[in-house]
Amino acid sequence: MPLSDTPAPMLSVQDLSVWFGDTHNRFQAVDTVSFTLAAGESLGLVGESGSGKSTILKAITHLATDISGHIHLDGTPLTGPRDKSFYSTVQMVFQDPYASLHPRHTVDRCLSEPLRLQGATDIDNRVRQVLEEVGLGAKFRFRYPHQLSGGQRQRVAIARALVQNARLLLLDEPTSALDVSVQAEILNLLSDLRKDRGLTFLFVSHDLAVISHMCDRILVMHQGKITEVLQDKQLQSGTAETPYTQGLIEASRGFTRKEMAGA
Amino acid sequence: MTQSSTRSLTRWLRTDEPASRLQARCIQVYNGWQDLRSNKLAMIGLIIILGLVVTALFAPFLAPQDPYAQDLSRRLLAPGQDGFLLGSDELGRDILSRIIHGAGTTLYIVLLVTLTAPVAGLIVGTVSGYLGGWTDAALMRITDIFLAFPKLILALAFVAALGAGIENAVLAIALTSWPPYARLARAETLTVRNMDYIAAIRLQGAGPIRIIVGHIWPLCVSSLIVRVTLDMAGIILTAAGLGFLGLGAQPPMAEWGAMISSGRKYILDYWWVATMPGLAIFIVSLGFNLLGDGLRDVLDPKKAQS
Repeated sequence: MPLSDTPAPMLSVQDLSVWFGDTHNRFQAVDTVSFTLAAGESLGLVGESGSGKSTILKAITHLATDISGHIHLDGTPLTGPRDKSFYSTVQMVFQDPYASLHPRHTVDRCLSEPLRLQGATDIDNRVRQVLEEVGLGAKFRFRYPHQLSGGQRQRVAIARALVQNARLLLLDEPTSALDVSVQAEILNLLSDLRKDRGLTFLFVSHDLAVISHMCDRILVMHQGKITEVLQDKQLQSGTAETPYTQGLIEASRGFTRKEMAGA
Repeated sequence: MTQSSTRSLTRWLRTDEPASRLQARCIQVYNGWQDLRSNKLAMIGLIIILGLVVTALFAPFLAPQDPYAQDLSRRLLAPGQDGFLLGSDELGRDILSRIIHGAGTTLYIVLLVTLTAPVAGLIVGTVSGYLGGWTDAALMRITDIFLAFPKLILALAFVAALGAGIENAVLAIALTSWPPYARLARAETLTVRNMDYIAAIRLQGAGPIRIIVGHIWPLCVSSLIVRVTLDMAGIILTAAGLGFLGLGAQPPMAEWGAMISSGRKYILDYWWVATMPGLAIFIVSLGFNLLGDGLRDVLDPKKAQS
């Protein structure tokens, strides 16, 4: 343990490598990645598709099992299947709200089942409360996902992640499947929730604009490795060290007319 | 019920914001019923099945004659002759009465098979599909072995081992008809097991049993229902086939399949002996198919909206 007087990190990942596929066809998606995440911090993971950023979330939640390295949550190592206390501390919001809600379950069931699994008693009140918190009224409680818009579904998914009072949210591109105006609403909701509940975010995205809006510190990933750590200010001024990150920043600014004419 | 209380009940069932879980469930059932009612074909199916149930329950009161009373002087009479509305069979028994009494047997066979085979198939298929690995390999090889046998021969072997009789015939049919359901359920499970909503409930700490029963079964049921209703006629006929071979319903028991089998000998000269129970099987199978199709639509909330 470090001797410094900074508090122990909430989540620490050391030398994490993740593989997919069986022995003949094994593919390394994440290559010795290390980072720490302090309580209350919002850390961004950015990179192009296939750079391994979502895989890190899967490794943390044990959805990807072929891994090496160490993951610590609140100082305790995570190995093998996770236990109840892990699930009530860490929750995940998935990319596509059209795929992350069970098509045959009402919003009510979706939110009350985690509480039942946790052994909670005042389920009705807590469901109502969390729906209120994510900006959905009681009238959405008994709806099915197909009766909701994309933004409303993502709100339900966020409510599901929060209903057990998780402290660390793993956000896997939570807005990339939504259209732009709804994206802003969801991002604002997430910021508000983070402020109100004192949440810690691990935010995965390929969108630098989104991630610089949401995060204090950003890890840039490329081909399974962390290539650069950016502070928020650096990103705003556009001063990245590696050419890969520079390229990402360029790309996020989009094509300007001049560049188009030059091409 | 007075008119105003009926109206308030309807309003309670139509509200956009149900106040309790019970009310939401009632609304769901009510909406499902409305959907089913608007589907004319499904309603025809429901009426046929209800007719079958009523006939089975009140057979002794509905049948014009004793189904077992033989009269060899009045054998093989054409429909309408001598008071036999649907004719008489080779022993002079009233075919209509025998069909009415056979309704109960048919319903019994159908109910027992549909309560066992698809349920067994659903359990085997979803467990195998969800758990994967060795469990999957073992369960699917067993399924393959059952599938590789000709259905009727396997049923014959079971009945021969267990003894003749309608219960054992049903058991034999169930034992031979679950593998296709298992295959179907496994295929459905494989398409949903890697979906995000399954990952999400795993991340809430749910165990495999809860996930399979609460999250995977609801997605497999509608395709299973369709498959079961399509198999219904086959189930009745397999029971008949066993009866024909002397291993199912025993004479003189009134059972539609056995009636067709015994009418087979006379089919060229006395067509009605086999045709009348055949028509009964046809109508009942049609009823199950129509109802099953309507139920599939109702059970799928996505479909119900459009």
